[in-house]
Parts: sequence; structure tokens; C-alpha cells
Amino acid sequence: MTERIVNDFSITVGTVNGSGSSTANTTILRALFKMGIPVSGKNLFPSNIQGLPTWYTIRVSKDGYLARRDEREIVIAINPNSFAKDLDSVAPGGAFFYADDIKLAVTRTDIAVYPMPIKSLVKSNPEITANLRDLVSNMVYVGVLAQMIGMDMTKIEQALDFHFKHKAKPIALNMSMVKAGAEWAAANLEKKDPFYVESMNKTDGMIMADGNMAGALGSIYGGVQFVGWYPITPATSLAESINDYLPTLRKTVDGKETYAVVQSEDELAAIGMAIGAGWAGLRAMTSTSGPGLSLMTEFYGLAYYTEVPVVVWDVQRMGPSTGLPTRTSQGDLGFAAHMGHGDTNHIILMPGSVNECFEFGWRAFDVAERMQAPVLVMSDLDFGMNQWMTEPFKYPDVPMDRGKVLWEVDLEKIKGDWGRYVDKDGDGIPYRTIPGNRHPNSAYFTRGTGHDEMARYSEDTQTWVRVLDRIKRKYETAKKYLPGPVTHKQDGAKIGVISFGSTDPAILEAQQMLAGKGLKVDYMRLRSLPSQDEVFEFIGSHERVYIVEMNRDGHLREILMVEKPELATKMSSIAYNDGLPLTAKFVANAILKLEEK
Amino acid sequence: MSDSLPMAGANVQVNAAGLSKADYRGAPSTLCVGCGHNSIANQIVSVCYEMNIVPENILKFSGIGCSSKSPTYFLNRTFGFNGLHGRMPSVATGALFGDRSMRGLGVSGDGDSASIGMGQFKHVMRRNVNMVYIVENNGVYGLTKGQFSATADKGLELKKQGTNMYLPVDICMEALASRATFIARLFAGNAKQVKEVLKAAMAHRGIAVIDIISPCVTFNNQENTYYSYDFGKANEEMMHEVSFQQADPSFHQGSEGSSISYIPPKPEIMLEADMIEGEIREVKLHDGSSIQLKNLEKGYNPTNRMEAMRVLEEAQENNWLLTGIIYIDPSKPALTELSNLVDTPLNRLTEKDLRPAPETMAKINSLMF
Ligand SMILES: Cc1ncc(C[n+]2csc(CCOP(=O)(O)OP(=O)(O)O)c2C)c(N)n1
Ligand code: SF4
Ligand SMILES: [Mg+2]
Repeated sequence: MTERIVNDFSITVGTVNGSGSSTANTTILRALFKMGIPVSGKNLFPSNIQGLPTWYTIRVSKDGYLARRDEREIVIAINPNSFAKDLDSVAPGGAFFYADDIKLAVTRTDIAVYPMPIKSLVKSNPEITANLRDLVSNMVYVGVLAQMIGMDMTKIEQALDFHFKHKAKPIALNMSMVKAGAEWAAANLEKKDPFYVESMNKTDGMIMADGNMAGALGSIYGGVQFVGWYPITPATSLAESINDYLPTLRKTVDGKETYAVVQSEDELAAIGMAIGAGWAGLRAMTSTSGPGLSLMTEFYGLAYYTEVPVVVWDVQRMGPSTGLPTRTSQGDLGFAAHMGHGDTNHIILMPGSVNECFEFGWRAFDVAERMQAPVLVMSDLDFGMNQWMTEPFKYPDVPMDRGKVLWEVDLEKIKGDWGRYVDKDGDGIPYRTIPGNRHPNSAYFTRGTGHDEMARYSEDTQTWVRVLDRIKRKYETAKKYLPGPVTHKQDGAKIGVISFGSTDPAILEAQQMLAGKGLKVDYMRLRSLPSQDEVFEFIGSHERVYIVEMNRDGHLREILMVEKPELATKMSSIAYNDGLPLTAKFVANAILKLEEK
Repeated sequence: MSDSLPMAGANVQVNAAGLSKADYRGAPSTLCVGCGHNSIANQIVSVCYEMNIVPENILKFSGIGCSSKSPTYFLNRTFGFNGLHGRMPSVATGALFGDRSMRGLGVSGDGDSASIGMGQFKHVMRRNVNMVYIVENNGVYGLTKGQFSATADKGLELKKQGTNMYLPVDICMEALASRATFIARLFAGNAKQVKEVLKAAMAHRGIAVIDIISPCVTFNNQENTYYSYDFGKANEEMMHEVSFQQADPSFHQGSEGSSISYIPPKPEIMLEADMIEGEIREVKLHDGSSIQLKNLEKGYNPTNRMEAMRVLEEAQENNWLLTGIIYIDPSKPALTELSNLVDTPLNRLTEKDLRPAPETMAKINSLMF
């Protein structure tokens, strides 16, 4: 047999959507994680609830690389409809596990092949009644795989314990099938492939979470008080997680609530409510995806011009209407950066890890209230709906920033002498009062119609220009309050890569791959827009910069080129989006190819 | 704001809140003279004054349209949000969570509520948001210069639009179907009734929908009458000059048309004598047409949904403009009462109320696997 390959391969499970395989797959993922091995798991699934082929890929990486890989060393085939394709996809020298009730020919000889008697093992367990069979049958492949690659049974049990929230009965039932699979494999299968896992300590202190849960928790630690939302994949679980955690995390002594969550009739109403609440002094938010964001644009422009703080989460997917709702994307950026009625530009936070989804969850409110502006947090399906290993969430390290607000006592001090849109401090940020303020000078009228510094109706052209220029100044000030870029340098690199969001793991890995081939690159990950000077200094100080993003047209590059046209010739675009998370290999090859030119 | 406050001097009459009528006024109206919307704004001022309402305890809302401009013409000391076309309800829904002791007062139009905003209109009812929701209903889009609205009668003829082919939406029926807890229909020219019903609406908890027929003197008229759009058009040039010299409020400012056209001043249509219960009275409008007002019968029980539906149907069949409180259910909790909110207004809560304690962080992380 060839040399053992330990903790460095990918596993793909081909199943049927809605067949309950997700419990089995996350169990494998979590058990590996608990063994101390860096892992990432991604659901590559169709948008129906039940019936179509779906794949789950797990990457096991001793070096800690979390990006998706195309190569499939181990494939587990449960779905007859994707059997041929799955068989085909196994890397040479790989392993193929399949349910032996699929009566199709296994034609390959360059891989190890393991049939699994899933149905008969389930049937032979007297404790499993007919109606439970389908639910637990997936656990058989967990057991067979565990036996064949050397997974720790106690870790599998821990994973099930977590999944079933410590409920003894389902844990025991599922565990019995895992064990049945493992025992059968021990007695009947001969190891013919080189893939093994062994315990490490590389996940110590890390947690596993998805980005929507992280964003939800971050929002709660940011003191969210109002959520208006409308269901849409892949954003739904963000609002739902807020709903789940608010009651425990924000319990008051008398059991009363300090927040309100309203599922609205559509996205127009979701953002309308959030803007109303933000105007009325609440930390308000909504969450959606591309189609919903399109509906929100008119309100978004209104919030920009009336200067109302509100946070909007865009968990990106592909396309209009249904598009490809279960595929990931960064395709909203170009449109979102200016969405609204026109002459608008927006503050965007771009988390690059699940941990940052948490951090930007609370930070977004500080920025929105400080800037009196809508703030868009751009996540995507890959973060939002997949489990990631990540640093534990860190408690906010700065007090809440409620921005420039005048209450009764403040107005008393200045004898009521203020104007809603007066730039008193010269930073473009005016002072605001909040409805409910009972001072007789507190009120003002908020309107999308032209208004002057005193919030009075005005159609005077110069007033319009003045107000809009002041808002632009405000967005200059914003840069100071936004999270700056993160840079990974390599000594002597002459070329650079710029990216944002969930492409981060692929690029970090590509950077190592390229270094292995003798090409040094510096990598800068943007975390917000509008961009700080640092970003342009980075571009200016490199011969060429590749801007990598998951969309067709290279939106980030367009934005940066428009911002600094004099640097435009240095910026090359690597933009690609097929709905799957980027792989390091793709990024490295794309850069190498462009470098050859 | 820094505009000095009207001081209640020794000889200025004040109400029980210690405020004079001036404390309830708004900016001068920029709507056409004679527009029904103006008289409604005036009634709002009187009602709030007479009810001793502290202006800071109200929140004003509107959508987009001539009607939706009116919140600037009353209650200067009240916060207001003139939002998007058809989207007043959502803004109000969110805003009223800020401090639930406040009552919302919204003004919308028939276009704003029955066309673009129909969805939000219906959902704000079923949520029983704590606001008075006035629809200033003129059967046209005033601000965009005279297109049919969804409440326009079938067969109505308008200058550029031709004849309306579609059946009208009945605002009160929609409100009833959507389970509004207070529904009234009024005629802007019946000042006394407008005032009375407005007071009842202000006192109601939850949503109070008032469909106020408010004639558009400029666009809902016929081609050949003296008070017509054509007349204004024909005289446009000369009148423009006047507009630049004296900001005459009879110039329709801020319309969504290409130019400011002169609108000949017309007196608002007002009833000469009060109507009694059950009375049917014909009222002539500016364009020479007339409407039949009918007061609800004495003894009508407005707490019965079936009855409400019946009288609305009956009014439709007979072409009556039925006025009065059609339905009321004071027992339903308003949206902000449905949630079990803390006593302190949400917008007065601070970091210590809003940010979970540092100890919780480790626990949360341990829950993540
Ligand atoms: C999204 C959007 N679409 C269209 C318009 C143009 N618009 C302004 S007011 C209006 C109609 C208003 O009609 P109504 O609500 O009946 O008010 P009225 O002027 O008759 O009082 C329209 C279509 C707009 N401002 N916004
Ligand atoms: S156009 Fe009609 S609705 Fe608009 S202000 Fe004039 S009269 Fe009123
Ligand atoms: Mg109208």
C-alpha cells in the first residue's frame, strides 16, 4: 500500500436533498473538529426542500486551510441519481463508499471501492421501527467512514450529543447505527486507500458556528432593539437566530422586553419599519439577500438623504427572483455601493470570517449611529449557512457609540439653538434629536424633499448642492470609524492581491501555493467601503494588483478604479462566480496565467 | 429648532396644557387654495388644541402626494416623517416602537394608500398600529397633476386621462376587511363632523382609519368649467410673473409637473348648516357636479362588523357618501401593547440595558460547539 495520507484530504457525500443527511454530515464535521483537526464543511445544495441531488464537502487540513477544494479523495455515494457522476469524481487513488442497494456497475479500478449494506444493517436493528429507518440510515456511513479513516467514536458521540441537545434517546439511537456501521466495516472491509485522520491540537480554543448565527449574536451584543425582516434564503436564519437568542440574552428582571422583532409583509416594509425605528432612536436592522435588497433600494436612498441610522445585512446569493438561491456570490456589491435614487454612496462593512460576522454585527450599529446613515453588512451564503471553525466571539472592546444625539438636557444647555442638518463640528455629521424628546425645540420634520440645514422644505438649488456636499464630507469622516484592511505581506513581493469577504481562505492558501512556485504576493483584505488611504497606498506600492472577487464584472475593482483613476492601470480583475466558494487552486492559477502574459 | 417659540403671553388664550392655538400651527400651506386637504389640516390644529394634546406626544407621518405634504401644515412642534410613496405605514410601525406613549397621526392620499401603498395599508390595519390614519381622498393623483386614482368612480372623465374604466376601491371596506379597529368616512367640507370624529380617532388606542373625501379643486373637474385646469393653463404666463413677485400660496408649489401653473383660487366647499343623523344632503362641487352626503342613522351600532359591511354596501348601491364612524372596536390591544415591552421608552434605554453582560460571552461561545 502507498504511504499514509493523514489529515489532508477532502470528503464529499452525495445524497438526496431533504433525506436527513445533514445531521450525518455535520456529525462527521464536528467529530473531526473535536479531534483537533482543522476542518471546513460546505453544503452544495439545490434550492428545493426535498428530492434533488445534494453534496456536502468536508475538507480536512492539518495546515489549517479552510477553503473549498475541487478534488475529492473520498466520496460517499448514497444517491442513485448522482451515482455515476459521484463515481467519476473520485480522485485517482481515492476511496469510494456507496450504498450497496444501488445496483449500478462500479467501473473504476484506480480507486478503493467500499459497498455499504446500509439498508440491511438498519433493518436488522430491532429497535429501529420502520418509520425511523430513513432518519437514522445515514448514520451507517458515518460509522463505516469512521472505522475506515480512524475517527474517534467518543467525538462522534459528542457531536451527536450537541446536535440532539443532550437528549439521550435520539443520541443512543443514532449512535447505535454509527456503531453498527463501524463494526460491520471492521469485520468486512479491508483498507485499500491511504487516507487517515489522527488527533491533533489545532482546533484548541476554536468554536464552530455559521455566519448568520454569528451576525445575529453580534447584533444582540450591539444592542439591537428593532428587527424588521422578511424570509429569504440564505438570510432567513439571521433574523431567526436573533429571535432565538434575544429572550435569554436580554432578559430583564421583570421578564419584559427591550426589543421588538416584526416579520413584515415584504422587504419594502421590513426596511421601512427599521428606518422608522432607527429614526425614533432604536438600534434597528433588517436582513435580506439580493432580491430583497433590490426592493429595499428606494428606502435605502431615503435613509441616506434623511440621515437615518439603520443596519441592513445582505447575505448574498445569485440572481433575481429565485435565481440560484442556494449558491454563494459577491454579485451585489456594484449595485449596493450606490443603491437608491442616485447620487448616493454607501458605507459597507465586509466581514471576512464568521468571527467578523459577530464583530461587525455590533460594530455596524456604532457606525450607523455615529454616521447617521444606513450601513450595509455584506455577508454571503458561504458564511451565512455553512459551519466554520473560527476564533471564539470576543466581547465588544469599546462602549457603544450612540453618536451625536441631543436630549432635553442637552437642548436646555444650548437653549434650544440647533438645526437638524447643521454641520456644527465641521466633520459633516450633524446633531439629531429623537422623537419622544419632550423639549419644545426638539422636533424637526424629516423628509425626502429638498431641505435646508434647519430641515425646512427648500427647492433652492444651492441649498441642495450644499447639503449633498456636506453628506459627502460626512462619508470622508466615516473612514475613520470603519474597520481598516488586513494585510498579509511576503518579503519582497512586487505584486499584490486585494479581496474581501468569504474569499479570504482561498486567497490565503493561494498565497502559499504561489510562494511555493516562487511567486511572492502581498494580500490585502478590505473590510469596509469607502476605502481608506491605506488601500490606495497598497495599490500604489505594488507593480500590479489583482482584485479577486466572486462576481462576473469585478465590482470592487470598478469601485476602486473610479475612486483613484490614476491607479487604474495597476488594477487587474480576477472575477468569477459559479455559485461555489472559490478554491485556492483557481485563484493561484488565475494569477499565474495573468502573470505569464 | 431655533425658530423662537410662540410665547403664551398674558392675553393669549391657552388650553389646559398651557398652550395657545399657535403652538399647534404648522408652516403656511403650499397647496391650492380651496383644496380639501387644507381644511383638514386646520381641523387637526383645532382638535389637538381642544383636546389639550401636548404636541411632543404625537408623531406625524405621511407618504407622498399633495395630501401627504400636509403634516407640515399643522403641529410644528411635533416630530414628523414624510417618507416614501405608499410606505407611510411601515415607517410609522417602526417609529412608534421608539416610545410607545406616543400616538401616531398619519396623512395619506388615495393614490398613496389605495394604489402603490395598498399592501402596507392593509398590514398596518391587521397589526393595529397605534395611529390615526387619514386618507385624504380626492379620486385623483393631485401631485402628479390629475391621473385617475384607484378610488376614482367608474366613468369619471378627466382632461388628459379620458374616461375611467375601472371600478373604485372603497377605502373603508378595505379597512374593514383588514380588521381595522376604528373606521370612519367623512367629507372635508363638514368641519363639525370632521372635528368630532377626529377627536374620537385621537382618543382611540390602535389604528383609526378615516377616509375623508377631500375634493381636488384643480384636477378632479371637467374641461369646460370656469374652475378648470384649462383655464389655469390658458392664463399661465401672466400668472407666472405674479408668482415670482409675491409667493402667492395659491401657486401649487412642489408639484411633480414641469411647470408651476396657476390655479385660480376657489373657496373651500363647506356645509352651510350642520347635518343631523340619517340626513341625506346634496352638495355641489367646484366643477358643478354634486355628491350625496348621508349621515349614519341614529341608533346605528358601529361595533358590529356585519352592520358596517351592510351600510357600506348600501351606500355604494345608492351612491351615497356615507359619513360618520362606521366601525369601532376599542378592545383590541395596539401593536406596541401586544409585545411585553419594558416601561421605559425603548429609545431611552442605554448600553447597560441593551448589551448583554460580559459574563454571557463565554457561555455563548460554549454553546457554539
Ligand atoms: C415611488 C414613486 N412613484 C411615483 C411617485 C410620483 N407621485 C407622487 S404623488 C403621486 C400620487 C399621489 O396621489 P394621492 O396619494 O392621491 O395624493 P394627492 O396628491 O391626490 O393628495 C405620485 C404617483 C413618487 N413620488 N414616488
Ligand atoms: S392639486 Fe388638487 S390635491 Fe393637490 S393641492 Fe391642488 S387641489 Fe389639492
Ligand atoms: Mg389623491
